[in-house]
Amino acid sequence: MSCQVRIASPLRSYTAGAATLPARGHTLAAVLAHLEQRCPGIRFRVIDEQDRIRPHMRLFVNASEARELTVPVCEGDTVHIICALSGG
Amino acid sequence: MAGTLWIGTRKGLFALRRRGARGAWQLAGPQFLGHIIHHVVQDPRDPRLLLMAAKTGHLGPTVFRSSDRGRSWREAREPPAFRKAADGEDARAVQRVFWLTPGHRSESGTWYAGSSPAGLFHSADEGETWQPVAGFNDHPMRPRWAALGTPDGEFLHSILVDPRDAAHLYFAISIGGVFESSDAGRSWAPLNEGCEADFLPDPNVPFGHDPHCVVQHPLLPDRLYQQNHCGIYRMDRPARRWQRIGTTMPKKIGDIGFPIVLHPADPETAWVVPMDGQSVWPRTSIGGKPAVYMTRDGGASWRRMDRGLPRSQAWFTVLRQAMCTDSRVRPGVYFGTTGGEVWAGSSAGERWRCIARHLPEIYSVSHAT
Repeated sequence: MSCQVRIASPLRSYTAGAATLPARGHTLAAVLAHLEQRCPGIRFRVIDEQDRIRPHMRLFVNASEARELTVPVCEGDTVHIICALSGG
Repeated sequence: MAGTLWIGTRKGLFALRRRGARGAWQLAGPQFLGHIIHHVVQDPRDPRLLLMAAKTGHLGPTVFRSSDRGRSWREAREPPAFRKAADGEDARAVQRVFWLTPGHRSESGTWYAGSSPAGLFHSADEGETWQPVAGFNDHPMRPRWAALGTPDGEFLHSILVDPRDAAHLYFAISIGGVFESSDAGRSWAPLNEGCEADFLPDPNVPFGHDPHCVVQHPLLPDRLYQQNHCGIYRMDRPARRWQRIGTTMPKKIGDIGFPIVLHPADPETAWVVPMDGQSVWPRTSIGGKPAVYMTRDGGASWRRMDRGLPRSQAWFTVLRQAMCTDSRVRPGVYFGTTGGEVWAGSSAGERWRCIARHLPEIYSVSHAT
């Protein structure tokens, strides 16, 4: 499945500044793995070593928040990687 | 002496540089603006190499490497991470890479890293890739050794490599205690006898202590000093018992603090920055009057060194990685504050002056040649 991934600004040092990148995969896990191939290092800043979404990160598939990496991704979907800042 | 002070802050990396012993300090940076910088360490085996422990408030923790003395940086290909937990296991994830230590001089390219929650990691390729040290991270006693962490987690720090023996290691966990390995990290044992833990129901426990900073003298590796939550201690190996040397501090000052640093050529000389550990533990300068205390006799006596420091209404804290010396015969002593100031004490701290201010909260200060 082809999708678009919108990249939050703190992660764009991994994407050469790109705010949106195409990716492939049937699940969020597969999409992030594909993204990692193209942008090495980006996945670990979002997902920890136990495959959990980091506390200050949020993932959406289209308008629905995804709490697990098993969430399916369909052709034409947009995956959003969002940073949930807190504090000063 | 020319040199650089690397200043790790809550909001980025700064450098203070000067040419010659009397040159003016010039502030450069920030680099990595917005990143939390916990530690920056130069490799004494290859002074061009620097490693930096970093994260941002929302992204995961990582390590950056520079092979050109900090002019450019590149992220580690495999940052420190715990192994993937099996079903039913405690699934730990590194929240902060908190501490970096170069390996033994005979082991080119080796480094150690400490994390929160407490984890020990090893690199054999100058910090490019990191592996968990199973001898500690998977030790059956680890859940008990590091059981009393604060809501911020336990911090593994003060990783020490015996300059005579690459396999002889120490580290400290705050809260957990001091631990020792004689087999390159394959096994570990607590080393806390004589050290108090007065915040625990039983203060005479084998582990569960709160070492804030532990240092080993490079010229006398059997001499360890420890600034603990419960005082200043010293141990002379092969003894296994800590001796409290902070009792010789003035009573109204006490012996609570975060950092302790050593004279590079004199194992008897050390500096500490006492903080207020009374009542609710403000952890600020005592009475708003900051001072460094120096011992020149291994802790038998201490001298207040506050010439040039504010006389009143200065309520900062100096964190455990935020103090260092340079390598001169009468070394300069440097510390950074939670209020974003950097202070330089010339001639072993005899006279202090502020060399940078208005920086973010300072987490680490380290000297590089």
